[in-house]
Amino acid sequence: MPSFIFYLFALVTLGFGLLVVTARNPVTSALSLASSFVGLAALFISLDAYFIGIIQILVYAGAVMVLFLFIIMLMDIKAEEGKKTNNGALVGGCLLAVLLVLQVIMVSGAFHGERTVGDLDTAAAIGKAAGTELPTIANDLREGSLPDTKLMGYALFDRYGFHLQVVGLLLLVGTVGVVMLSKRDTAAKEAGN
Amino acid sequence: MDNPSPYWFLVVFGAVALVFPLIPLGLARLWFLVFSPQKPSKEKNAVYECGLESKGDSWLQMKVHYYLYAIVFLIVDVEAVFLIPFAAAYASLPIGAIVAMLFFVLLVAEGLVWAWGRGFLEWK
Amino acid sequence: MTLVERIDQAPLLLQRWAVSFFPALLQPWVAMLISAAAIIGVFASLFALSTLAERKGLGRIQNRPGPNRVGPFGMLQPLADGIKMLIKEDIVPLRADKVLHFLAPIALIVPSLLVYSVLPIGRNLIAMQCQLGVLLFFAIGASTELSIFMAGWGSHNKYSLLGSIRAIAQMISYELPMVLAAVTVILATSSLDTVNIVEAQAGGFWAWHAFTPWGAIALLTFFICALAESNRAPFDLPEAESELIAGHLTEYSGFKYALFFMAEYLGMMAISGMAITLFLGGWQAPLPILNFIPSWMWFFGKLACFVVLFIWIRGTLPRLRADQLMNLAWKFLLPIALLNIGLAGLWVKSSGWIAWPISVILLGLAIVGLGRLLRGSRPRGGKRIYRYAD
Repeated sequence: MPSFIFYLFALVTLGFGLLVVTARNPVTSALSLASSFVGLAALFISLDAYFIGIIQILVYAGAVMVLFLFIIMLMDIKAEEGKKTNNGALVGGCLLAVLLVLQVIMVSGAFHGERTVGDLDTAAAIGKAAGTELPTIANDLREGSLPDTKLMGYALFDRYGFHLQVVGLLLLVGTVGVVMLSKRDTAAKEAGN
Repeated sequence: MDNPSPYWFLVVFGAVALVFPLIPLGLARLWFLVFSPQKPSKEKNAVYECGLESKGDSWLQMKVHYYLYAIVFLIVDVEAVFLIPFAAAYASLPIGAIVAMLFFVLLVAEGLVWAWGRGFLEWK
Repeated sequence: MTLVERIDQAPLLLQRWAVSFFPALLQPWVAMLISAAAIIGVFASLFALSTLAERKGLGRIQNRPGPNRVGPFGMLQPLADGIKMLIKEDIVPLRADKVLHFLAPIALIVPSLLVYSVLPIGRNLIAMQCQLGVLLFFAIGASTELSIFMAGWGSHNKYSLLGSIRAIAQMISYELPMVLAAVTVILATSSLDTVNIVEAQAGGFWAWHAFTPWGAIALLTFFICALAESNRAPFDLPEAESELIAGHLTEYSGFKYALFFMAEYLGMMAISGMAITLFLGGWQAPLPILNFIPSWMWFFGKLACFVVLFIWIRGTLPRLRADQLMNLAWKFLLPIALLNIGLAGLWVKSSGWIAWPISVILLGLAIVGLGRLLRGSRPRGGKRIYRYAD
């Protein structure tokens, strides 16, 4: 059953992914991309990665797709529809795909054996969590559910505090950069009008 | 498969919810095919625009402000996504982690305040 | 099991009884199907009831009787409306993108229904208990934006497209303070599971999150955002009939229009249900003495109060201007929601009494200060300049 569901959602993801590339109308592409994200989220959830799966929908299918749609609305769609395929981009894209496949092969080659929630030594984990300052996490483990959000929060903010600041800085730079760039664009447009 | 994951409910419910609007739509279609007089005309099936004939292309080009709001939304949304695991783990986090989060939120908020101060959040 | 408990758990017992007729292998799946059908049945009937309540209520507010011809006191009006919608001709514009035009109402109604799967409507009465309930609610709710865009784009009408783009801009702006308001509750209960959140508010109304300083502000923020997310007055700019005809609904007729209408009400009730779950104790009774009333009746009673509030606000408040709408979200609600998370954190770590005065002072300062800032940004005097949308 799980393998059947994997192939179903993999097919959904890849099918809509193909449509993203082949559709002439940018809006069709964008909406197919959203559907592809939903398939991807289902794959994550079937792998017990619930938090990532739901974030995939919230951030990608929600926020990023809205951004894409607004960008599409900024363009001249009629001109895009009539455009010829860019050969350079096609070759580059194929090259990138080959590189990605190589990477996947290398990563899966380095991966030995399965480690899922079932393989987790629950008793040891409970003891470890109860011994430190993680009483709520120990409770969840005792109830037989993996508190992935809490563990993620604990790892992110306790162990990787510095990396988090770098991400924050990146977001700040992103805000400033994108606002400056689009401001220049509007200023030029208003001067042109 | 004696104990399916709760997330299966989304799949089942999604399928039921998909059938739910299709039934009345099918019924309406059936009514249309059997009982309604079919009189399509150019005027009736034109897009509605103040009663006059539509001019120009309706796929308009939008202004850049929408894009600006969308990008600021994306950045703050990512911040909110970081906040959620933080909030879930908050009760068992040491003080250092909370200070780290405070810095993170302030960094992102600084971008927002900057954009506000420069007047980029003005709707025109 | 006492009689009171039996009535309280009646829906669950009925479901178990129905499921017991099936072989063991099929039982969980049949249970899911029954839950799905029950949610659709209950909330679709509530939709019919609330349309009637809305028309009657608005009629009273505007000093007219409202629908009173079909059935006693016009009670059968929703049924008549439904039949009318079914036999109206479904006109699809020639220039429209037929596929998107057809898919948009369906793609809107499916997520509007799916969000109900994580709402606990009574003790043990939840379709799908999962650890990430709150997050799942917002994730599914966010995908309705794409459906509205599909409607606007597929209609191939300028007003539809403008309306849908406005709707998306409004929805993303108000989604942020809404999620941040919910984060305060996650912070206080260390759980994203809606059932745990309701159970954390047991004991009486003083244990509800709405009766803490951060909870009160978060509930207000959440409620304002709920109005905006469901495109209800005073935030109904995307459907402003005097400016945009009816926004993305312009080219829809017949039952497709009814589906949009239904999705709006379903969304409104779902967000109200989430507000009840997060801040108003979900299915908990306000006083322990009142526990003999079934838990699901408390939930639906609170939901009815919210729906009446929505109707009342629609009948009372004028529509906002576009710049006021954006300013309210970005320059008022968002900073308040961020500050509020900090105060909730303080509340959790400082065990109550010290946090009260600090919260009241800080929140008061923030609300007054931001309010003044917003007033200052209002264009005052001078000639008003009207511009065409570009």
